[in-house]
Amino acid sequence: MSPTLLIAVLLALSSLAYWFGRNRAFAVAKKTAAMRLHSRPGYHGMLVALWCLIPALLIFCCWQFFADNLLVSHAMQSVTAVRGELSPSEMSLATNDLRNLVSGNYFNREIDPALQAAADRYTGMRQIANTALAVTVLSVAILGFIWAYSRINPGLRARNKVEKAVEISLTICSTIAVFTTIGIVFSVIFESIRFFQQVPFFDFLFGLNWSPQMAIRADQAGSSGSFGALPVLAGTFLISAIAMAIAVPFGLLSAIYLSEYSGPRFRRIAKPMLEILAGVPTVVYGFFAALVVAPAIRGFGASIGLSVASESALAAGLVMGVMIIPFVSSLSDDIINAVPQTLRDGSLALGATQSETIKNVVIPAALPGIVGSILLAVSRAIGETMIVVMAAGLAANLTLNPLQAVTTVTVQIVTLLVGDQEFDSPKTLAAFALGLLLFVVTLALNVIALYVVRKYREEYE
Amino acid sequence: MSTLETTVSIYDDFAAVKAKTESRSRKVDRDNRETVGMPFVANPRMTCRQVNVFYGEKHAIKNVSIDIGKNEVLAMIGPSGCGKSTFLRCLNRMNDTVAGCRVTGEIHLDNRNIYDGNIDVVPLRAQVGMVFQKPNPFPKSIYDNVAYGPKIHGLASSRTELADIVEDSLKRAGLWNEVNDRLDKPGTGLSGGQQQRLCIARAIAVRPEIILMDEPCSALDPIATATVEELISGLKEQYSIVIVTHNMQQAARVSQRTAYFHLGDLVEVGQTDRIFTNPSHQLTEDYITGRFG
Repeated sequence: MSPTLLIAVLLALSSLAYWFGRNRAFAVAKKTAAMRLHSRPGYHGMLVALWCLIPALLIFCCWQFFADNLLVSHAMQSVTAVRGELSPSEMSLATNDLRNLVSGNYFNREIDPALQAAADRYTGMRQIANTALAVTVLSVAILGFIWAYSRINPGLRARNKVEKAVEISLTICSTIAVFTTIGIVFSVIFESIRFFQQVPFFDFLFGLNWSPQMAIRADQAGSSGSFGALPVLAGTFLISAIAMAIAVPFGLLSAIYLSEYSGPRFRRIAKPMLEILAGVPTVVYGFFAALVVAPAIRGFGASIGLSVASESALAAGLVMGVMIIPFVSSLSDDIINAVPQTLRDGSLALGATQSETIKNVVIPAALPGIVGSILLAVSRAIGETMIVVMAAGLAANLTLNPLQAVTTVTVQIVTLLVGDQEFDSPKTLAAFALGLLLFVVTLALNVIALYVVRKYREEYE
Repeated sequence: MSTLETTVSIYDDFAAVKAKTESRSRKVDRDNRETVGMPFVANPRMTCRQVNVFYGEKHAIKNVSIDIGKNEVLAMIGPSGCGKSTFLRCLNRMNDTVAGCRVTGEIHLDNRNIYDGNIDVVPLRAQVGMVFQKPNPFPKSIYDNVAYGPKIHGLASSRTELADIVEDSLKRAGLWNEVNDRLDKPGTGLSGGQQQRLCIARAIAVRPEIILMDEPCSALDPIATATVEELISGLKEQYSIVIVTHNMQQAARVSQRTAYFHLGDLVEVGQTDRIFTNPSHQLTEDYITGRFG
């Protein structure tokens, strides 16, 4: 029985279990008329279905997780029996061949008889294992069903148990994001530690020269590499600052216009149009920046006698700012709208003008949310890659001049990891260190912003 | 306008009413929607003539004419949805903020029609303050709540003067003793009754001449209500007050004249004690007796 079919059967079984359990609860209720059911019959049905489904599903998942490795290592014994003990890398190569052989993508050379034997052994065991799994899972499901079914009685607190089960599943779902974050952090940290074993920490953090080109094979000629992150970080901040200088005023003012001044009809049309900006793929913004904005800036610069690089921080920052406008405007608009009308009325009734009301009452009340939306925009700007790759270039210049080409952390991570890589070269590992740096920087920004919001927030209600 | 004339006019009115009550206890018929009683006073602060309000197609206020006297408390009562609050909001043009709302007729303040095209609502609202049904302190400190109006109108030339205005307003609103040690704490942290008095202090701080109150006590407990009512009685020495209320005892306690609205019509206006003891209009009687059981 294939795993997919097994799952389908399991689901069908548990819906049957629900139906049986519910009917049984009805029957019990009718029989013991003196005693009312504690829970509604639907909950009894649900409890039976859960007992039928969850233990079986757990077994199934554990099996899928571990069984394949067990089977492969078992099958590989027939290879090691012929070839003798293998080194880890030879072992993983042979295992790979075995897997390819089993799934039928093994074309390149004549088949090693030992490997063929192992493959046959693996296929045979796989079939037995699948059958055994089906039998185990289905019998656990039926046992669970019988156990729960037999326990149905009026006093059973089925509702509380079902609710508990739902609560547990909600908890699991909510912790998945947390654990994913932790996993990402750790994977980055471990690689970064390897990097810092080869490049001193302070050289990385305060070095003024970024030139990661180095020989990754012994026969290659290359410079020794220099990993000062400061120019890259400066580039990120420069471009983000330009982008925010565009996005915050335009986004905030358009949010104020939309929520306080515009008519409902204009708002109904303009707001989705603004949000479309957020839906344009960043690659398309990249074209626009590289092919329209950058040459325009260069042409303008030339006409007033400035020398502008053909790929400039300004072009990337401007286009990124436009991309981010909807993040600021749409969220801020929602937040400004959520400020109670009674506050506006209170201010207007004191003889304040509309602009005084907005400045002194509405915006302060909406401030925490507005800062939140700006923060979201900042993290978008810092993490943005595509526009910068296409419009700002790859040269790691340490400069504050927006007319020069700069590069950013994300762009460098991409270029370091694209192409043939060796995962013990500092050049590759530098990408992880940059990632960690970026993570720490955004985290610090978040903490600062939270602190600012908490300090200056004006709470209504 | 002399006090004598006022007295005479009030006396005339009393005489008319007396004659009416003596002749019979018959009431004005329910179908008659002409305003009965005494909508006009001898020395009005504001005069409203043929005021109509439309919300889109809905005719919310129908041809209402009434005066608001100097230093009097005018109570407006009536069943829910009868247009009391709508009418109140006409008096400082707060209806301007309501989409689809149209006002016709004339409301005069200082011999100017406040619905003239060239009237600026900003000084008007400074002159005609408003307190709302639900306390709506700004999410600022107590001090800043009260200082807000004087600041935007430039009433104080120095910091100490502003502090004096704040202190004076809070004292007049009867809140000073409760909050003088925590003026920098948020106004939203006060209790409901204190918040409402803070809103009254905020309104007083811009030195209005008329204060509109839209059910100022409906969200308050009886003790806070009593405090606010006491405050209103004290305030009428300096201000004209128009108060909308659902609570008839409250209208009886705080007001000198009472106006009864019914489905957009101003049905009856009269001395408060007379309205509650011997109304002239059948609808008024129905309403107050229904309430009192």
